[in-house]
Amino acid sequence: MGRYILRRLLSAIPVLLGISVIVFAIMALIPGDPALAILGSFATPDNVAALNEDLGLDKPLIQQYFIWLGNMLQGDFGRSFALNRPVLDEVLERFNATLVLAGTSFVICSILGIIAGTVSAANQYGFADKAITFVVLLGISIPSFFLGMMMILIFAVNLRWFPASGMWPIYGTRDIWALLDHLAMPAFALSVVATGVIARLARSAMLEVLRQDFIRTARAKGVSERGVVWRHALRAAMVSIIPVLGIQAGFVLSGAVYIEVVFQWPGIGRMLVDAILRRDLLLVQGGVVIVAACYVFFNIVVDVAQSLLDPRIKT
Amino acid sequence: MSFLALIARNRLALGGLIVMAVVILLALLTPLLPLAEPNITDTSNRFVRPFSEGAPLGTDHLGRDLLSRLMWGTRLSLAVGFAAALVAATLGAAIGIIAGYYGGRTDNIIMRGVDMLMAFPYILLALAIVAALGPGLVNALIAVAAVNIPFFARNIRGITVSIAHKEFVDAARLSGMSDARIILTEILPNVIPVIVVAMSTTIGWMILETAGLSFLGLGSQPPVADLGSMLGEARSALITNPHTSIVPGMMILVIVMAINLLGDGVRDALDPRLKSGALNRPLPATLVARDRTPAPQTQEGILALSELQTQFHVKDRVYRAVGGVSLAVKPGECLGIIGESGSGKSVTALSVMGLVASPPGLITNGSVWLDGEDLVGAPYATLRSLRGRKVAYIFQDPQATLHPLYRVGDQLIEAISSHRSISREEGRRKAIELLEAVRIPNAPARVNDYPHEMSGGMRQRVGIAMALANDPEVIIADEPTTALDVTVQAQILSLLDDLRRERGLAIIFITHDFGVVGQLCDRVAVMYAGRIVEQGPTRAILDAPRHPYTARLMACVPELGGGRRRLEAIPGLPPAVDRLPEGCAFAPRCDRARPDCTQGDIAFDADNARAVRCLYPVDQREAAQ
Ligand code: SF4
Repeated sequence: MGRYILRRLLSAIPVLLGISVIVFAIMALIPGDPALAILGSFATPDNVAALNEDLGLDKPLIQQYFIWLGNMLQGDFGRSFALNRPVLDEVLERFNATLVLAGTSFVICSILGIIAGTVSAANQYGFADKAITFVVLLGISIPSFFLGMMMILIFAVNLRWFPASGMWPIYGTRDIWALLDHLAMPAFALSVVATGVIARLARSAMLEVLRQDFIRTARAKGVSERGVVWRHALRAAMVSIIPVLGIQAGFVLSGAVYIEVVFQWPGIGRMLVDAILRRDLLLVQGGVVIVAACYVFFNIVVDVAQSLLDPRIKT
Repeated sequence: MSFLALIARNRLALGGLIVMAVVILLALLTPLLPLAEPNITDTSNRFVRPFSEGAPLGTDHLGRDLLSRLMWGTRLSLAVGFAAALVAATLGAAIGIIAGYYGGRTDNIIMRGVDMLMAFPYILLALAIVAALGPGLVNALIAVAAVNIPFFARNIRGITVSIAHKEFVDAARLSGMSDARIILTEILPNVIPVIVVAMSTTIGWMILETAGLSFLGLGSQPPVADLGSMLGEARSALITNPHTSIVPGMMILVIVMAINLLGDGVRDALDPRLKSGALNRPLPATLVARDRTPAPQTQEGILALSELQTQFHVKDRVYRAVGGVSLAVKPGECLGIIGESGSGKSVTALSVMGLVASPPGLITNGSVWLDGEDLVGAPYATLRSLRGRKVAYIFQDPQATLHPLYRVGDQLIEAISSHRSISREEGRRKAIELLEAVRIPNAPARVNDYPHEMSGGMRQRVGIAMALANDPEVIIADEPTTALDVTVQAQILSLLDDLRRERGLAIIFITHDFGVVGQLCDRVAVMYAGRIVEQGPTRAILDAPRHPYTARLMACVPELGGGRRRLEAIPGLPPAVDRLPEGCAFAPRCDRARPDCTQGDIAFDADNARAVRCLYPVDQREAAQ
């Protein structure tokens, strides 16, 4: 197992390099004077000169890339001139908030999605199946930002169940209850689309498994129907559900952008949008690289989970 | 045509299609409609409520007519979404075709790049692109198209690879056609349907994503608005004037939902498995026809089937898999059921405990008597408590019939704990005992194995151990040795033989192999096309088969485990059970057939120990020759 994890970690290196190349290439598309574009309207001529020197912007692209990569590896992601602080500090601070939000959503969508898909498959063409299928269709069709706005309207403004925005109360203690209170709506709104996608997949994976011979064996043994569905079929279906959870984690992580904007959540998505509108490009660059890298590592976790779940995978 | 008909049959998809058609039509007609100017501000008329005079949907924060803005916004959103889909599909398909057609290094390099792009969280990549190009609707379109290219590239590449090695492509290449022409004339036409399906499933996403970027202020810039930026601008007035948000938001929802319905319909229409019902989930117990007539028990035995009929209903066709079978087995006795595949012997066996997959299976007539109780039509709870406890099954191919992800020990324990509560230690001890009973060496270690860690013979022993777990009274073994090699087969047979002598088990043994029958069974029933055609004591049948089918079956199999092919030595195929001929089902393959064989049913005295369903049975003298 240890060796397997190590191997997966090593295999992440080329992916991470690829990500850095892509981000670099996108930034190289910027028209006009790159230093000026990167620094945006907050730049002084001194800043421009410093950056030109720092990134070697007069050098050939390849060389620029390696300078940039080298800096990143030393933890130097440059400076946000708009915020006047190192990119890394800002990104890490914001990333915490995003992780809380996206992590909660991921847990919600995994659990709800799998349960909904399983119930749906177990009652194929029955009432529960039809009801779930309809709700799922609604869920994957509704724009999360619109859903978020409607939730604010209903649950925050009209019913006053939850606060409308932010991560913490402006006054009052910052304890776990305050956080959960603020987290409930955005986490749910963010999880809806992924829940729908996972439910659909879980349903079809379950239908596939329920026809297998070992399900008939379980029934022939006299295993109760609940055991057949939840213990036998779901366990086998998980093998094809888990990889999709990994993909959905990426959707949740990036879908957080909308939810953070709608709910004023102080996460990295909102930071990126603000940074783009301000043309604070180094902050965008750093944020994108760091989030993408985290996602790569999360996928390794998914693979390891998969290998723990399926003894047939050689580790 | 048939494709459109299929979509039309799916009512939801049809609904989606109609909604989309209306929306697109309205979007096309927007410039012609008598609408207010969408971008003219009128600050004295801000936030007019919907359904007011002159502004059916009200006005927004600048006093602009919402209906007009909605129509123009829809037009813009649709245009951008479709354009993004088209760009992504075109470029993605081009990349996919090149990678798939040329293969080798080109393929390798391209697909590596595609994988890299797919390693990004989706929207993040779009954000990075917009960041570089700057906010704006065209840039948002480029970004959304770009992040969707890998999806198309990967799908199309897969299809292209499978086409690129077909004969017609090779032929074109040999005839000296250039690569470009081959791609355009041979590959592309075959790939286009796939592109269309992929587009239909992703276009909803793309409209959502462009709307999302506009919502964030990174897409269309004021005063021009698409649905997303309308929603974005309305957000600041969400609490005071929610209608300005609800109008564009609902429109996005309606459009995306209609597209998704349509996309699902397209996908379902193209999925052959849905049509054939191959994705149906089998119910916990086989369905029983409401108009079934139960049949009284006429033969003596712990388990007795009377006039059992099981059918498969697939679409409008009815397959009579079991067409009225009566048989019985006594404690300590072994009854063999023999026949070719498709003769209905397995379905007969599975019908006993309601394990025939249903849908499409349906027990239409007859009864299954266990200890004087009719199991057909018994409540599920009764069936479940009897399964494995009184009647246990051993299936063919334990590779597929054991759960691949649980240890065999746990699967054994579960067989017991399904019927009585048992502690962990006791369960484990019992599991080891069971494995020892089926002569698995080193049982204490083997209980922790997963099925894939065992050999085929070992797995089959586990299957038998599982059947023994609750000391059942009847064991139904469905070709338990077919997948095994000859030595292992013999071991398993002698094991079963010992068990039934020691424990007084009644065994129904299903096989297509007369050698196996001779080793184990006291009596034999020969099945053909869903019915028993001959039955009797094993010796009697082996010595003097009377039905021409039995005689032929035996002539081909001299010894134990001669492999599976021999049955093909009988000329012709068994009849499809949805088109059974009048009279004797074997007539088309029978060399003794006479005209009256195909006129009306042929009698069979099921309650007689020795019986044959034939008008001109083989007689003793002939058999001897
Ligand atoms: S009934 Fe006639 S056709 Fe059928 S097996 Fe006997 S002889 Fe052959």
